[in-house]
Amino acid sequence: MTAVASTGAAAFLGRHEGLRNRLPGARVAWVEALRERGASAFRAQGFPTRRVEAFKYTDLAGVAGQVFGEPLTSVDDAPALPDATHPRAVFVDGRFRPDLSTLGELPFAVRSLAEALPNLEGRIGALARPEDAALVALNTMLFEDGLVVDVPAGVDGGTIELLSLAAESERAPAFHPRHLVRLGEGATLTLIETAEGPLNARYLHNPVFEIEVAEGARLSHGRVQQEGREAFFLSTVRARVAARATYDNFTLNAGARLSRNEIHVALTGPEAQAHMNGAQLAGDGQHLDTTTSLDHAAPNCASRQTYKTVLSGRSRGVFQGKIHVHQVAQKTDGYQMNQALLLSEEAEMDSKPQLEIYADDVKCSHGATVGALDADQLFFLRSRGIPEPQARAILVGAFLTEAVEAVAEEDVRAALSRALDAMRARQGLAAGLEEA
Amino acid sequence: MLKIENLHAAVDGKPILKGLSLEIAPGEVHAIMGPNGSGKSTLSYVLAGREGYEVTEGSATFAGQDLLAMEPEERAVLGVFLAFQAPVELPGVGNANFLRTALNALRRAKGEAELDAMQFLKLARTRMKTLGMTDEMLKRSVNVGFSGGEKKRNEMLQMSMLQPRLALLDETDSGLDIDALKLVADAVNALRGPDFSALVITHYQRLLTHIVPDRVHVLAGGVIVRSGGPELAQELEASGYAGVQDGTPSKRSFDGSPVAA
Repeated sequence: MTAVASTGAAAFLGRHEGLRNRLPGARVAWVEALRERGASAFRAQGFPTRRVEAFKYTDLAGVAGQVFGEPLTSVDDAPALPDATHPRAVFVDGRFRPDLSTLGELPFAVRSLAEALPNLEGRIGALARPEDAALVALNTMLFEDGLVVDVPAGVDGGTIELLSLAAESERAPAFHPRHLVRLGEGATLTLIETAEGPLNARYLHNPVFEIEVAEGARLSHGRVQQEGREAFFLSTVRARVAARATYDNFTLNAGARLSRNEIHVALTGPEAQAHMNGAQLAGDGQHLDTTTSLDHAAPNCASRQTYKTVLSGRSRGVFQGKIHVHQVAQKTDGYQMNQALLLSEEAEMDSKPQLEIYADDVKCSHGATVGALDADQLFFLRSRGIPEPQARAILVGAFLTEAVEAVAEEDVRAALSRALDAMRARQGLAAGLEEA
Repeated sequence: MLKIENLHAAVDGKPILKGLSLEIAPGEVHAIMGPNGSGKSTLSYVLAGREGYEVTEGSATFAGQDLLAMEPEERAVLGVFLAFQAPVELPGVGNANFLRTALNALRRAKGEAELDAMQFLKLARTRMKTLGMTDEMLKRSVNVGFSGGEKKRNEMLQMSMLQPRLALLDETDSGLDIDALKLVADAVNALRGPDFSALVITHYQRLLTHIVPDRVHVLAGGVIVRSGGPELAQELEASGYAGVQDGTPSKRSFDGSPVAA
């Protein structure tokens, strides 16, 4: 065990050494080998610096320089929980808490990864490979737990929630949950994921999702990132979508001091679809990054992406979106739009769309805009008697609406709207419109 | 009443209004006519408080209050309403929600009870029927996908809901067919009374046969060059602006003194 506080990649590598015999899967040969793969990949890559192209706009030095503690191995306290609308799995500091979860009877299997681990050989690391990304490598050597969801072929799984909480503590824990979601042929599921923690607690949440959507299946994945304002959120989603299947992801990226939200989707069978939408709301002192990549690896697939970023105070937003159309992916229909609204002169947005097209019969478009609120619209609202702060809030709400309305699944849309209203209220942009 | 004295205003440093004076008594409707570029729209924006219009000299008061020192929303609370020449589109803002928000913002500022959704919808539907508007236009985003005529009707709907004391109509008649023109005129005429004034900016005399003004002014080169009764509009219709553009301003307004209302 390392008793001396150390930082950076070395600290996490030291922790892997120290926890080797205590992490789930210790003494299970393939798990140990997998963690070793993670460790050697992380040793080779370290925390990416800004010299690494993918991290040009997001500096992880602020994370690497922190001293983080271990997450608790047992938790007796029960943090206050928001109301559950659907069956819910609750994680505290990265560990599944059956005592706090309310899953009830479900027509499919939902398990703790720590418990199910012996049966998961070949599944962890299949989509999210440690060699491909340092943050996945970090997770791979240290994952403590996670949620394993398997919806069998033809089953409608309804809606479930995944709530990840950080406990109130002085230890500044770092936790690395690994979540696996698999939908069999023709299955459907709505997964609403919320990550939150105490407003002023310092911690690192480094989740990795590996998602498989089989032929004709449909997964709607709504995500609300509203971590505390001193938190670090380094998240990776990797999804593989088979023929005629749909993966629908909406991420509200609004909490944390620094958030890196990576979503990588591969469309691997004909007529697969991906909808990737999101909103980022950054207030003073926040740095929010959404980085997506979309692999069109089969013909006749469609993808839609709409990302909206609102920046106020001294904040920074990043959007990087790559669409890769393979030669085989004829008749691809791809669309990507990212727009940013700057509410202060000290805010900064970096936007990098990237299209790589190797097929010749495709329809692919993208657009990016960065701007301030429209002066004509603002004047119009004020000329009707609406005070300026309210008029601004109305226009911010309208700006975000397009991305939220693109979400097809009603449960997800409702959850997002609620979260969005709360986040806007926190930033003094409370919903300005009265419903009629 | 509205009282404008020796108003000078510039846009991007370029003088547009060059000593405009005008008084509109309560209950009166005045028309401002004039060629393109004479400063008609600038006058309406200056009075409504749009940014980018710099007043370099002169004053404008309404009901004894210094309009030029007030924020746009404060002017609205005082009763100023600008019907835009090119109504702004607000994608993502529902028309009904916008209208209720504006109406209740004004009512709150004036210490009046706010309207709940039911009361609001009842009132809105009544006013829309008068303007020949369909319910569906309440559900759409403000002015998005509206035809030119629908946008103008939507401006009139706002006016009839918000009940201003001073309406500034900036070429509300442009692009309207005769039926729509009559509906617009009806909306203005319905508000006419001792506590309502209006300034109707128009190119054409035809709106003024439906909204008969108490006075007609001709604006050219940033000043009022002629004033008269409703018959002046007909005269201009017949002879055009050629005579006033390069011609002889009336003595009263040439030296910048107020034109009698």
